[in-house]
Amino acid sequence: MDFRDTTDEAEFRAGLRDWLADTLPANWAQRPPHVGHHPIEERRAWSRKLFDAGYVGLTWPTEYGGGGKPYSYQAIFLEETGRIGAPEHVGVIGLGMAGPTIRIHGTETQKKQHLAAILSGDTIFCQGFSEPGSGSDLASVSTRAELDGHSYVVNGQKVWSSWAHVADYCILLTRSDPAERGHRGMTYFILDMHSPGVAVRPLRQITGDPEFNEIFLSDVRIPAEDIVDVPGNGWNVAMTTLLHERGTLGFALTSHLEGNMARLLETVKQVGAADDPVVRDRVAGLYVELEGLRYTNLRSLTTLMKTGVPGPEGSVAKLCWSETNQRLTSFALELLGTDSQLDGDGGFWSGFWQFQQLRSRGNTIEAGTSEVLRNIIAERLVGLPRSR
Amino acid sequence: MDFAFSEEQEMLRAAARSWLKAHYPADRVASLADGEQGWDPQSWREFGTLGWLDPELGVLEYAVLAEEAGYVLYPGPWWSTVALAGPVLGGLPDEPTTLAWAEAGAPDLRSAASSSATSATRAAGAWTLSGTKQRVPDLAIASSVLVVAAADGGTGIWRVAVSGGDVIPVSTVDRTRRLAELRLDSAAAEPILAPGSAGDALIAVRRRSLALLACEAVGITQWALDMSSAHAKERVQFGRQIGSYQGISHRVADVYTALQLARSLAYRAAWAVDADAADVDEAVTVAAVSAGEGAVLACESAMQVLGGIGFTWDHPLHRFYKRAQWIAAFDGTSRTHRAELATALLG
Repeated sequence: MDFRDTTDEAEFRAGLRDWLADTLPANWAQRPPHVGHHPIEERRAWSRKLFDAGYVGLTWPTEYGGGGKPYSYQAIFLEETGRIGAPEHVGVIGLGMAGPTIRIHGTETQKKQHLAAILSGDTIFCQGFSEPGSGSDLASVSTRAELDGHSYVVNGQKVWSSWAHVADYCILLTRSDPAERGHRGMTYFILDMHSPGVAVRPLRQITGDPEFNEIFLSDVRIPAEDIVDVPGNGWNVAMTTLLHERGTLGFALTSHLEGNMARLLETVKQVGAADDPVVRDRVAGLYVELEGLRYTNLRSLTTLMKTGVPGPEGSVAKLCWSETNQRLTSFALELLGTDSQLDGDGGFWSGFWQFQQLRSRGNTIEAGTSEVLRNIIAERLVGLPRSR
Repeated sequence: MDFAFSEEQEMLRAAARSWLKAHYPADRVASLADGEQGWDPQSWREFGTLGWLDPELGVLEYAVLAEEAGYVLYPGPWWSTVALAGPVLGGLPDEPTTLAWAEAGAPDLRSAASSSATSATRAAGAWTLSGTKQRVPDLAIASSVLVVAAADGGTGIWRVAVSGGDVIPVSTVDRTRRLAELRLDSAAAEPILAPGSAGDALIAVRRRSLALLACEAVGITQWALDMSSAHAKERVQFGRQIGSYQGISHRVADVYTALQLARSLAYRAAWAVDADAADVDEAVTVAAVSAGEGAVLACESAMQVLGGIGFTWDHPLHRFYKRAQWIAAFDGTSRTHRAELATALLG
């Protein structure tokens, strides 16, 4: 056991810090935090800079444009960029979900076509899993894919698809054999979002942002070579996607929380509440939760580095993070008092906390609701009988 | 970055788990806890034979043993000797040894360094101690006790044979780690740390004892989780195993979650103490909050899952619960630990 960076890791961390200081705009750390998400074109430009400097896909194989480094480098990258509040790479779905899935299940052609383009930010992916009638119960997807010659004709509707309005491709889960039920008879495609018959409608969230979308698919033709893995094996491929979503997400989420913790401390000071013992107690309580997450991620990371699979302890990261982030952002609003009613130019940091707090309510719903995650923990990790 | 125990440490864990499981089943711990002495003195020799008192063990090995001892609720002065006496002596003594620091109105380890109403005097080359020490862990079953006392030049630490003072046991909720008052009246004492040098030693004691108690709390949490899940799989009501009801399973999932966070922080605290890391005080404080609260939560949750049986004296759960509460109140509470963290965060 040793939590210190190795010599190589320390060198990488120092180099990254210098690079961030040189590349981010002057006085970046002193600016008030950005309200909401960074605009997409800014993120695309930033992604390119990260890619050119070799900071994207640190753990991906070098033959597909990655860095071929151990997972600890990705952890360092997320720690450092989270601490300074750097913008995120534009390819969230591609890097965290589509890319790893294609690497594991994809053909050589698919790997060559997509992996490097995901890293550079040239190609943006979205995810087409959830449907209006198929949320937590993913096995009930009903979007139909019917074989017709050398391609499939797809009809149906997907929902909660972030990035779909700008995406070039979609990882799409369909039912290809209606005679099969549940986990069988599903097929996983890479859908070209520019295909005829694809329509995207933004869904406005409680923050006012249209971050998610509905995707309507009407007689969309997808060539058979765009299937990931084999027809009928879509459920297993989707499980790979979700494993990576939940497995590697922990670090990104915790680094986001660490940024919010730093901003919470700053807010406490700015509103003059630093001497209030109740405030001090709650801030310290949140800090304990953050530290618990941070070190649990590191423990899971060690398991990942030793065995190639994230440890079971990592499965609690998303559940804990989402609830801690909700507590933290609600507490920030409480600190603002009646000023919490104001956002925009008249608000504290132009409504930064108001956006963060409203957005946090989605955290316990997206990427597996807290109820589904508790079921998973109880059934798969503790070994309790199934609830259904 | 490497967050894993070594192969040797994992072997030590496996050996400790199987030995403790065989020698400390719940009914034996119950009869020891309800008995006069509160432990089996034979275990000291057995620990020696097993190599658990070897001088080459470090804090990470102690962390492993503390967790496994917590899992069976081993009653005995191992923790006192390793965590309270060890850092003062700079090694482990041959016989069970504890530390007496608290006095009326001054229960904390660190405050003991600044003043003491217990006095040490030297006459004709021999030291004697006089005064009253409170809440000394495992005092009645230790052979000797290290006593914080004041002399010209400040507070130092002396060793006294337990038989050299009056030991007055006090009634404690947890009967597996008892406390006693120590009254000294010109008791013969051997100097261990010179007057003026108790401060650093007491800081080292606090770090090691909080880190190892956090590991012990993790053992208790794991036991309570295992107990809850075994019961939830076995118990049938309304025609179904109760673990299939989300009212039960989600409660258990929350304990699993708390256990993972506490375990990460407890191990990291042990490493920070072992490596004398720059952030060691923060590490042990954070671990104390997380693991102490986690163990109490796990036992309370287990009591709810078990229903009436878990509320009886005959079931082992209450002993684990009371030890968890003991840990959560050692040298501060979550409230005072958080106040300390707030000072580091907000000034």
